[in-house]
Formats: sequence, C-alpha cells, structure tokens
Amino acid sequence: MEYDLAILGAGPAGMSAALEAAGLGLSVLVLDEQPAPGGQIFRGVERAAADPALAGEYAAAGAELARRFRAMPGIDYRPETQVWHIDAEAGLLSLRGPEGAPRGGGTARAARILLATGAQERPVPIPGWTLPGVMSAGAAQILLKQAGAVPKGRLVLAGQGPLLWLLAAQLARAGKAPALLLETTPRGALRHALRQGGLWQGRAMLAKGAALVWEARRAGMKIVSGVRGLRAEGEGSLRRVAWEGGGTECDTLLLHEGVIPATHISRALGLAHEWDAAQRCWRPVLDAWGASSAPRIAIAGDGAGIGGWQAAAEAGSLAALDAAHRAGKLDAAARDRRAAPHRAAMAEALALRPFLDALYAPAPEVLAPRDDATTVCRCEEITAGQVRQAARLGATGPNQVKAYLRAGMGPCQGRMCGTTVAALIAETRGASMEETGVLRPRAPYKPITVGELADLPEEELA
Amino acid sequence: MSNPDVLVIGGGLHGLSAALHLARRGRRVRVLEKEVAGAHASGFSAGGVRTLGRHPAEVPLALAALDLWHGIAALVGENCGFQATGQIKVAEDAAELAVLERRVAGMRAQGHAHEELIGPEALRRWLPALAPHCVGGILCRRDGFAEPYRTTLAFRRAALALAAEVVEGARVTALERHGGLWHLRCADGARHAAPVLVNAAGAWAGRVARAAGEDIPLGFNAFMMMLTAPMAPFVAPVVGATGRPISFKQSASGQVMIGGGHKGVADLSTGRVTLDVERLAFSARTALELFPILAETRMVHAWAGIEGVLPDDIPVIGRSAVAEGLVHAFGFCGHGFAIAPLIGGIVADLVVSGGTSHPIAAFAPDRFGRAAAEAGAALPQPAG
Repeated sequence: MEYDLAILGAGPAGMSAALEAAGLGLSVLVLDEQPAPGGQIFRGVERAAADPALAGEYAAAGAELARRFRAMPGIDYRPETQVWHIDAEAGLLSLRGPEGAPRGGGTARAARILLATGAQERPVPIPGWTLPGVMSAGAAQILLKQAGAVPKGRLVLAGQGPLLWLLAAQLARAGKAPALLLETTPRGALRHALRQGGLWQGRAMLAKGAALVWEARRAGMKIVSGVRGLRAEGEGSLRRVAWEGGGTECDTLLLHEGVIPATHISRALGLAHEWDAAQRCWRPVLDAWGASSAPRIAIAGDGAGIGGWQAAAEAGSLAALDAAHRAGKLDAAARDRRAAPHRAAMAEALALRPFLDALYAPAPEVLAPRDDATTVCRCEEITAGQVRQAARLGATGPNQVKAYLRAGMGPCQGRMCGTTVAALIAETRGASMEETGVLRPRAPYKPITVGELADLPEEELA
Repeated sequence: MSNPDVLVIGGGLHGLSAALHLARRGRRVRVLEKEVAGAHASGFSAGGVRTLGRHPAEVPLALAALDLWHGIAALVGENCGFQATGQIKVAEDAAELAVLERRVAGMRAQGHAHEELIGPEALRRWLPALAPHCVGGILCRRDGFAEPYRTTLAFRRAALALAAEVVEGARVTALERHGGLWHLRCADGARHAAPVLVNAAGAWAGRVARAAGEDIPLGFNAFMMMLTAPMAPFVAPVVGATGRPISFKQSASGQVMIGGGHKGVADLSTGRVTLDVERLAFSARTALELFPILAETRMVHAWAGIEGVLPDDIPVIGRSAVAEGLVHAFGFCGHGFAIAPLIGGIVADLVVSGGTSHPIAAFAPDRFGRAAAEAGAALPQPAG
C-alpha cells in the first residue's frame, strides 16, 4: 500500500504531525529509530517521567504528547526502524527493521514524506576532545534519561547554551553536581543579545532559563565565565581540562555548544540548503509549510532550523495540514484557517530565539579549530591541519576533501565533521560557507550489512 | 586575459590530462569547467588501473598508460596513491574458464603477454577469501588502482604549474567558429576564444559536439559504487568476474569498494543521481557470492557518478570529422580512469601535429555512421 504520509522521527514534530494528519483521515506511517516515542528531547519519556531528576514541564508535556500519539488510531508506528535510503522521485523508503525482524527490513511507499529528524549536538572539536573521558553533554543526558546513570569521578561541564544549564541542574538533582562549569559565552554577549528583542514575548521561557541557572548555582558548582582556548589533556585518557589562564584535574569533561539541525538525510537527498549565519549551521530551504525543493519532501522541527520542541510541534502540525491539503482532504482555505493558531503558537515559541542565538553564538574556533593538530574527522582521524592543507592544494569544498582525505567517509558519514571541514576550507580559501558548499552524504543513511542488502527481494523483471 | 592556444571544455581527469600534456609542449591552455574539477566521473571512479580484459582496441593504450602509471610521479609530481596490486578476473565455472582461455590465446596471437591464465591453486593463493566454486582466472600482475580525486588534483596542480589556466564555474552555453577561432560564451557572460578546442566534457560532451555540428550518439549512466566499513586485510588485487559485472577491491584503510556497472538514475541537466536500491542489492549478492566473508560487514556508503557511454562501449578519441580545430576525448564508458594519463598525451599529439603514433582508428568520432562497425570480442568490463 502507499501511505498518504510517511514521517521520519517520533519526536515533538513527528508526533504532532502524525496526530494532525491521522485526525484528518490520512494514512500515516511513523518510522523511528528509538524503541519508544519522544525523540531526543523526550527520549524514553514514558518510562522516565517518574524520575525526579528529570521532572518538570518537559517530562509532563512530553508524556502527554506520547500518550496521545499512542492512543491515536490510523497511525502505523514502527519503532526501532531505520530508514537507510529514500528515492524521492518514487516515494520509496528502504527500511531496516529491529533486531530479529526479517533481514532486509523491506520498503514502504508514501505519497508525501516528512523529515522530522530533529537536532544533533554541535561537535566541539577542541584539542583532546577524542580522549576517553570527554563526552558531549547530550550523551551524558541520554545516559541519565535511559539508564539513570551519572558520570564517574570529578566532573566538569564546558561550553554554553540552555541544554548545558539544564544538564547541570538535572545532574545536581541526581546527586552528581559538576565540580565546575566553564562557560564559553564571551563577556558582552549578553548586552548584544538583549538588543535582539523578543524578551517580553519570550518571558516565560526566559524565566525558566533563569531558574535553571539559579538552581545550578545554588547546587554549589563553581562557575567560570568567559572561558576561551579550552583543551582536554591526558595520556590515553582525560586527566585535566585547561583554558586560557586556568586549569583543573578532572575525570569526565562534558562539552556542549548548542544544537544544530540534523540535515543528514535532507543533504543526502540533494535538497537546497542555506547557511544560517545567526545559528551558524546549514538549514534546508523551505516554504511556510515546511515543503522543500523536492516535490514529495517536507521537513519540520529542529531539522529545519533550531527552534525548540514547542516550535517543532507546531511546525509538525503545519506540515501535516499541508499534506492533507495536497492529498485532497482539505481545501486551501480550510488548511489556512486551521493553520492560524499553530502559526501564532509557533511565533510565540520562537520569540526568544534571536536572543538565544546571539547570546550563545559559538566562537569561530568552535567552527574552525585554530590548532592544526586538532582532530576534526574522528572516524578517519583527519586533523584540522590536513583539511587546511587539502584546501591549499585545491580542494574547494567538503565533498572534494571527502574524496581526497576520506574526511566524512567513515561510519558517521560526516555527521560530526561536515560543518567543521567546510568552515576550515572557507577560512583557508577566504570563501564564504555558501561558496564552500554543503557536504553531500551518501546512502545508506544508516549502515546496513552487505548481507542485509543482498537479502532484499529480487527485482521483478516483468 | 590574452587568448590561449587551446580551450579545453571539461575539468575532469581527461581535460586536465590534456591540459597538462599541451602545457608540457608549450601550448597556452585554458580549461573551462562548469562546476569544480573532478565533480562527476573523475571524483566518483573506483580508481582501477587495469589492462586486464580491455576491449581489443583499448589494449595498446591501456598498456602504454600502465607504463605511465608505474612512473606517475615523474609526470605529475606525486604517485596519486597508485599501487600495483595486480588485477584478477575470476572464472566461476568451466564454461567461463574456457572463455578466459580463448581470451588469453587471442591476446597472445596479437602479441600481448600481459594477461596470464591461472589455475585454481594459484587463484587460491592470490585470493584466499574467494568462494570455493571459482575455478581459475586471468591475472595481470602490473595492474592495480590509484586514488581518483587525488589523481585529478595532481593533474590539475601539474597543469597549473606549467601556466595552464583552470576556470571553474564556467558553464559554456554557446560555441561557434569564425575567423579561424573557436568563440565560446559562458552562462556568466564571459567569452573565450582560441584556434583549437578540446572536447573533454564527459557525459556532457555530446552537447558540445552537437553545437559544433557533429552528432555523436553519447548516452550517460550513473554507475553505482559501494564502500564497506574497514575490515582486516583479506584481498590485495582488484577482482572482477567473467560472467557478471563486478569490481572489487580493498583499500589501504581496509574498506572494501564494490563497483561494477550497475546503474542508478541520473539527470544530466541537474547532475542529480538517485540510487537504484534493487540493482544495488544485486551487486551486493554478487559480491557476497564471490566473497562470503563480507556478509556481516556494514556498508557505509553507496553513490553513483555520471559517466558518458557510447553504444560500442569504447570512447571517442580523435579529430572532429566535420569541424576544423576540434579534438574529442570523451565517452570512456566507465573505464577511462586508467588510460587518462596517456589520452591527454594523444590529444596533445592531435593538437600539435595533427596525428599520433598511438592506434586510435577504432575511436574515430564518425564511426557510428559507418554501416558495419567492426565489433571486437570484448569481455564484460567493470566500471571504474
């Protein structure tokens, strides 16, 4: 059968889109890699909602959304399912099912495909970031949400952004307050951010943020502001974190410089992308309904540009309304009428975004590490110096560097290094990010084994 | 910019090789590339350096090119990642072995000894991981592979060092000849003129030929390739089969590249390529039947590059049959990488002296009009 709408991802955008679309009578397929709905932000929310460390509006709102999603008829929800290829022309999705399912995973067809694959953490390629003991803040939060686990030994958080403060507070509630929080936000950033406006409209979110900072401070962790030149040090594993004018022993270092859209699939599909100078990331070019430059494909949520979970949920609803319109279930006027409250809620959820983007803009050295010895591609162990050298030898963009150095050709397919490599080339060649271009990943979006591929049903000849 | 002696359309490996050889002979060359150097077939090749199983017409060129590969640093200043690992074409049953025996006998009759027939024991020694049903094969010891994009950049650098120009982002929209010059116009309004034009535009070269008044039936394909996660070394030579199109090699990183002529879907105007998952699965089955060791290995990459193809599976190389001052070198059908270092030299011969000592009659641009094309007994040639 052909579904009216296939949705990749069961986070806030994917669940909201599925609810809206199924409510309008569309046949909906939801494909998600996790064993339960929630996405990254509400990961494991059905189970974790009872954990006091994770309590708050996130858990409450997430659990409610997941409950409605589970209860809605007309949604074919397939957890633990990876999409490893999309043929956008044919509307054909190639799937890899959960362990134990028939090999090959099979395929699905859909008239319209919504990518709701969310955000990923921005890589923070500081010297020593590949040492055991250095993790991303997001990885630590996954451990907390999934296993209730906290890092061992003396713990330091470094970087900036709302998630860093949230994690600090969550760790403190779990009895593991970090010894030190190194904030990389430059002095003066706040004054610049305050000029971006949106403070009154975003006052509720601002108050929540301020409460988190207050909670973290009250938990007794020491905070160093305006940190520059972060380095992780140690032989074989992390022993110490250093910065300009300071340093301390530690066993675990958690890094975070905000999140960026997970554009892996949209880039692999060759959709148009633009460099977002405010958020310092690539984002797909979309219309007001999330429709992309390819006829069947729409994108909603943080994968379209970072806006947070509330904006993502509204964007999911809007994309679903548009899918219903295209499927002939809603005329344009009805679609627009139903969209109005979602647009208003989205504007409110996004009001504080310019303030946050300005306050937490990553330093240039986060995008393009200064030290040539710093690893940028972890899979192939390619350094910043090697990328600069390739650019000097004539490589004009990340796709050329991939062919030349194999940076981005490893198992992560450039999810970690793609933007860093582009920034290093742009810097070396004196070109803009737009001129340097976006890394074009290749299928499979998720690795499948040669054996699984071989087990796909044989082509029908006639 | 003063007018160059030669304009080359196409900044792939063939265009850059032509530019390098022309610059070595003192010609002022300007390469016009619509995107960036190596954007299509040159960047997506599997990098096979192969004399084995070549179309009879290509054999002399492939052998001469192989000599260049063994001293490639002398030509471009670095070794381009070339490794003479050998290439082997395996026979999976007695009937295929008979085909290979006839092939080698035919090569010997023409005085070529580079293809060696090997029996099951030697095959097992060279390829311990090969499936047991294979009964023999042909070995070419001096063959191997190189790194395609690195090679493309090396040719580009070597040409630039001899004062050739490479203009990227130059999309040629019109060309005409008058006053003894080719006059080219680009999409951005730039104009270029030179007495000689080299058409090395790959899959797009048919359009260039047509604009010059010459109809050559150039098609295009998007040959798909797969790359696995790193594995412990288990195969050194590049491996092909006799009865089905596959090419198989393990790089220094341990990753295995599987190619061989299964096609994705390509759009020439946008350059966009889509994988054909069912055909990809077919390639995976073939690879697995030859090397069962692959079963649990993850495939991390699959892609396709757009390549020009011609009906008789060999390229067009030669002076235009209809237009003055025009030399073609395109349509390498998925196996042009290995001969590129030589073809540039042949193009330079044709530009400088009007002829070449290499045998290129079979590649004549006007051969498709002829009633009876002399078809050689070609083995299936894997792409790349």
